[in-house]
Parts: sequence; structure tokens; C-alpha cells
Amino acid sequence: MSPSPASSPAYQTPNYLNAVKGVGSWLTTLDHKRIGVMYLVLTVLSFFLGGVFALLLRIELVTPGPTIMDAMTYNRMFTLHGVIMIFLFMIPAIPGIFGNFFIPLMIGAQDVAFPRINLLSVYLYLAGAAIAVWGMIQGGTDTGWTFYTPYSTTTVTTVAPVLLGAFILGMGSIVTGLNFIVTVHTMRAPGVTWMRLPLFVWAMYATSVIQVLATPVLGMTLLLVAFERVFGFGIFDPARGGDPILFQHLFWFYSHPAVYIMILPAMGVVSEVVQTFSRKNMFGYKAVAFSSLGIAFVGFFVWGHHLFTSGQSTFASGVFGVLSMFVGLFTAIKVFNWTATMYQGAIQVSAPFVYFMGFLYFLVFGGLTGIALSTVSLDVHWQDTYFVVAHFHFIMVGGTIMAFLAGLHYWWPKMFGRMYSERWALAAAVLVIVGFNATFIPQFLLGNMGMPRRYYSYPEQFWPLNVASTAGASLLGLGFTIVLVYLVVSLVKGRVSGPNPWNSRGYEWNTPSPPEAQNFPETPVHDRGPHEYQDGPAAEVKHAH
Amino acid sequence: MHTEAAAAPSRLAHHFPDMKTQEHAARMGMWLFLSTEILLFAVLFTAYALYRFLFPVGFEEASRLAHVAMGATNTVVLITSSLTVALAIHYARQGENRKVVGLLAVTILFGVTFMVLKGFEYHHHWVDGQLPGRFYSYSGLQGPGVSMYFALYFLMTGLHGLHVLIGMGLLGWVAWRATRNEFGPGYSTPVELSGLYWHLVDLIWIFLFPLLYLL
Repeated sequence: MSPSPASSPAYQTPNYLNAVKGVGSWLTTLDHKRIGVMYLVLTVLSFFLGGVFALLLRIELVTPGPTIMDAMTYNRMFTLHGVIMIFLFMIPAIPGIFGNFFIPLMIGAQDVAFPRINLLSVYLYLAGAAIAVWGMIQGGTDTGWTFYTPYSTTTVTTVAPVLLGAFILGMGSIVTGLNFIVTVHTMRAPGVTWMRLPLFVWAMYATSVIQVLATPVLGMTLLLVAFERVFGFGIFDPARGGDPILFQHLFWFYSHPAVYIMILPAMGVVSEVVQTFSRKNMFGYKAVAFSSLGIAFVGFFVWGHHLFTSGQSTFASGVFGVLSMFVGLFTAIKVFNWTATMYQGAIQVSAPFVYFMGFLYFLVFGGLTGIALSTVSLDVHWQDTYFVVAHFHFIMVGGTIMAFLAGLHYWWPKMFGRMYSERWALAAAVLVIVGFNATFIPQFLLGNMGMPRRYYSYPEQFWPLNVASTAGASLLGLGFTIVLVYLVVSLVKGRVSGPNPWNSRGYEWNTPSPPEAQNFPETPVHDRGPHEYQDGPAAEVKHAH
Repeated sequence: MHTEAAAAPSRLAHHFPDMKTQEHAARMGMWLFLSTEILLFAVLFTAYALYRFLFPVGFEEASRLAHVAMGATNTVVLITSSLTVALAIHYARQGENRKVVGLLAVTILFGVTFMVLKGFEYHHHWVDGQLPGRFYSYSGLQGPGVSMYFALYFLMTGLHGLHVLIGMGLLGWVAWRATRNEFGPGYSTPVELSGLYWHLVDLIWIFLFPLLYLL
């Protein structure tokens, strides 16, 4: 027996957006779909705030000397850009929005395991963001998002509120991860076996493991820095026998796995997108599923590659370098599988697919430079230069944000029941991808020429490439703004999409779009895997309109 | 008084198919949460290991200043409280709610005893100026690593004490529910889960005591 098709008369209740009305009903909602939408609003706001800081930074760097701000403001601004983008957008965005919205729909559950804790995570996000932003208004932090000691314990700027904010955001991240792990273990509908789990759920599961196991370490470490600042405990202070390098170890023990908190959900999103728009099953389902766990596992043993120049022993550096390359191995498994999935597929070039192509290119480019950086002898040359900046922006912006946009376009009709303007979407996608290249390829070159990151001014010979990078950033900013505008417009004027405009066979599309307040009138029972396009017709999809 | 049959359906949340699944989820969530607690403390244990290695003499001498008698008493108190909590879980499963209330009350009293003794220890250290980092002013012992020992001592026992307080709150809430006869053969998860939390708090102390008082 297959689940009730979306057009089934069993679905006749109001959708989750209309079921109850009023601001109060949103603020106290336990519905995972509404919580997903709340995360969408909050993280997109943060993204644009962080983006404005990025543009201001790029404008400052248009000339070698002072342009629009003084050096101290510049330091505060790159810190805020990093803190906002990482803690308020990259880490919570895909899990908070798509994880919350789609994991229950994909596994045939009525909600996540702990709906109240889920709502709590939104409020932890709000509280953490409010405290961090308050700290920024109180004078801001100039330590960079990494809060390296002893600078972070001695600078005159306001560090403690930002640390506390990040700590609270971390708690929100932990409970989200915990919730997803328990949900996937206990709430799968009959027929949704582990080997039929949609690949997005696999990726989110691996992400959640990292969130639960790594974030407490960051939380405690940030509290120690705050204690040190406020009370002078001396844990990281060399004058009192403390060891600042201990901070680096503890910080990266979280913060390196954290980059996989940012990229694994993205890999999950594109796994769904590539199957839908190639109309093919995943070429190697198990390989893609288990490589997510592989990345999550090996990600815990690579933090030392941030300490190549911190006096770490050469042997340890070598080991950490080789372990880091394993991440490339698991990533390559995924890349080959995505590529092979497209082979002989009936590819439909639409906005989500264009973003998927962008993702693939940026991930491979960024990933290969990552392998280069994990080679100790090369890293000593590139350490703390723009080469590193360009590398992680390729993965984070080029990878995660492309996948975020792919998922946002792919699931937009599912979430809101409306289609966006495909023409504008394609134009914006091209603009974003071109703008991204123009921004960060010059930064690879600058880094290789020796321009250090986080510097306020630079020698004359770096000027042309910096101008190119800023020009690219403005294209990128324009592209994101266009996306925001046509998506908001589509909420009012968009064509009604029907339950399944892409004819996707992902499990989540077996419900009306937008879904009803109660996900399923009766527990769905699945007798086939998600995205089985080749194995005979799927009746429920053809009936949908 | 509720009968089991009347009360059970209301405890099933709308999104779970049955009580068995719901309790499985709750138990799993608790174990995952406990693993995050261990990782939270792991940072401090790592720092302890590093600084013990860097300042073996300073740490050894400073740990002689810890009040071993009170610490040892507290160890006995906490281990005994683990027994009373385990018994409470046993009786909750049998539906003997009055015994659950009594045993949890005893457990909470043990918790209070622990915190009072801990308070005396803190008071002595405070009076003697045996304090973390820049507040350290004890003339009887100076030297590298000594103030670091007290930074870690206060951070580790402070965080642990906070957990004892939270645990007492949890057990108090569960005891209140037991006064309403809520637990029985079909439903005892809250007692079990808060008991698990209490055991973890004990377990952490069992590591803290030798590291900070005896070594």
C-alpha cells in the first residue's frame, strides 16, 4: 500500500498556514512546519545583515588606504560579518528551515519527536541573536569570529555578550540536533527503512550527530573565555600559567566539525534536487548515505589542521593533514555519484538545477583547494592569507548557499503553494554564480600573492584584484536581492503550484502543497524508496495535479 | 485519584503512534542529552589534564589545601543518594507512589547536605584567599600553577554544583507528580529519566573527587 495521494479526499482540512491565525498562534506554535518558516524569516534577515557587512567591507577594500571607515570599525565589521554568517545563518539555516519542515514529512511522521523543545530552539536562537546584536551595539567585537586568546581576553571591545550569544545559539543548535536524531530513530512510518530514508534525512542525521557531540565543547570554551575576561581566571592567560594554544585546540574541536554542520545539510539538499531534475534514482544511494556519516566521523579528527603554524609538532601536523584529506575522499564519492546520477537522465534545466550545477562546480573547486591547504608545506605559505578566505567562501557561500538556494526554489511551492517567476529565477541564478566567481577567484590570486586576511590596508600592487573582487561582490548582492524580491512577490502573485509541480517522487511530495496542519490524515505506509523513477509508474504522482 | 486506564491515553502526545514509541523517544533524548553534558565537562577535564601535566608540583601542593574530610563525606552522601533514586525508580514501576515520594525527598535532602558542605568548603577557601586567577591571595602557598588549580577547582565544582541544584529541581518536580499518584507499571518514564540525570551528576563527582582532593 502506498501513502494517500496528495489529491486524496482525505486531505480536506486547512493548510498549516491558515489552520490557526494571528501572531500569537505563530509565537506559540508547536508545528514543525511553522517553526521551519520562522527559521526561514529569521535566518534570511540575518543573512542580509551579514551580507550588508560584507559589502561594506568590500567597499572599504576598494582603495589601498582608508575608504569609508576607520581601521577599528573595519575590524569590528569583519568580526560581525563572520559571527552573523556562521552562527546566525550557516549553522541554523538549512537544519532549521528545511530540516524542521521536511524531516517529518519525509519519514511519514506527524511532527518531530519533541515539538516543545523545537519551539525552544527558536527562542534560544532569538535570545542568542538578541544578546549578540546588543553586544555589537555596545561597541562590537574586533577579535574575528574565532575569538583567539590572548587577544580576545585583552581587547578593549565588548566581547562577553557576543560570546554569551554564541553560547546560547549553540544550545539551540544542540537541541535541534538532538531532536532530529531521536525523530529519525523513533518516528519513521512503516516501510521507511533506513535504506529507504531520503538522502536529505541521512545528511541531516549526520549533521545532527556533529551538532550534539561538538557544540557543548564550544559552549564551555566560550564560557571560559568570558570568565577569563570578566573575572581574570587565567585559564588561557600565559601571565598566569594559562595556555592560549589550548583555546585553539578546544575552539577548533568544535569549529572544524562545525564546517560540516554547514556543508552536510547542503549535500543532502542537492542529493534531492539532482534526483528530481534528472528523473533518476541516486546512482549509489548507500555510498552517498554512508559518506555523510564518514564526513561526520572523520570531521572530528582534523581540527589540528588549523594549528599548522601554532607550534604543533610536525608529526601531529602531518597526521592531521592526511586525516583532512579523507574528507576530500568522502566528498569525492558524493560528487561522482551526483554526476553519475545525471548521466542519461531526463534533465530539466530549472532554477534549482542551475544552483545545483553551481554547487557542484564550487564544491569541487573549493574542495580541491582544501586538499591543497591540508598539505602542511603548502599551508605554511597560505596560512592566514586570502587564499584561505577564498577557499572557505567557495565551500560555504559557493557550496552551502547554492544548495540553500537550490532547496529554497525546489521546496518553495511545497512550503507556500506558489510558483516563483522562473525567468527571474534563472537570471538571478546566473548573476549569483557569475558574481560569486568574480568575487572570490581574485581572492585566490591575492592570497597566493601573499595578501593577508583581515588587513585594513594593502600595498598598491594588490589594488586591481581587490577592485575586481568588490565588483563581483556587488553583483552577488544584487543577485540575492533579486531572489528575495521575486520570492516575496510570488507569495502574493505567484501561480498556484498544485501539490507537485516538479513531478518529484520524493516522499515529502505525497502531501498537498502547502501541507495541512496535520501532516497525514492516516499514517502513510511506503512500499518503495524515495525517488524511484525507473521502476514502473508511480500512480500517486500521476494523479497529482 | 486517576486510574491507570483513564490517565494513560492523555499522556500520549498527538504525534506518537503509541506510548512505547513515545517512551523510547524520551529515553533516547535523555541519553543524548547526557552525552552533551559529558562533553561540556570534558573541556574542563582536558584543561585539568593539561595544567596538571604542566604544573605537577603546584597542583599537588594546592590539592592539599582542599578539605578532604568534607569532600569524602560528600562523596558518601552522593553515592547513597544514587541508591535512594534507584529505589524510587523501582517503586515507581510498581506504582507505590508514597514510597517514591519518600525516597525522592531523602534524595533531595542528600542533595541539600551536599550543597551545604560544599558551601562550607567554598567559605573556607574564600576566607583564606584560595581563589582563582588574579583573586588568589593565600600567603601559605605560592608558586606556578597554584592559582590555576583553584580556577579549575571552582569551575569544575561550581558547574557540578549547578547540576546538583538542577537535579534537585527535577527530582522535586517528579516527587510532586508522585504525590498525585501518577506513576505505575504503565508509566514511570519521568522518574527514570530524572534518575538518570541524577546518576550522571553523581558519576561526574566520582571523577572530580579524586582529581581535585586526593591526587
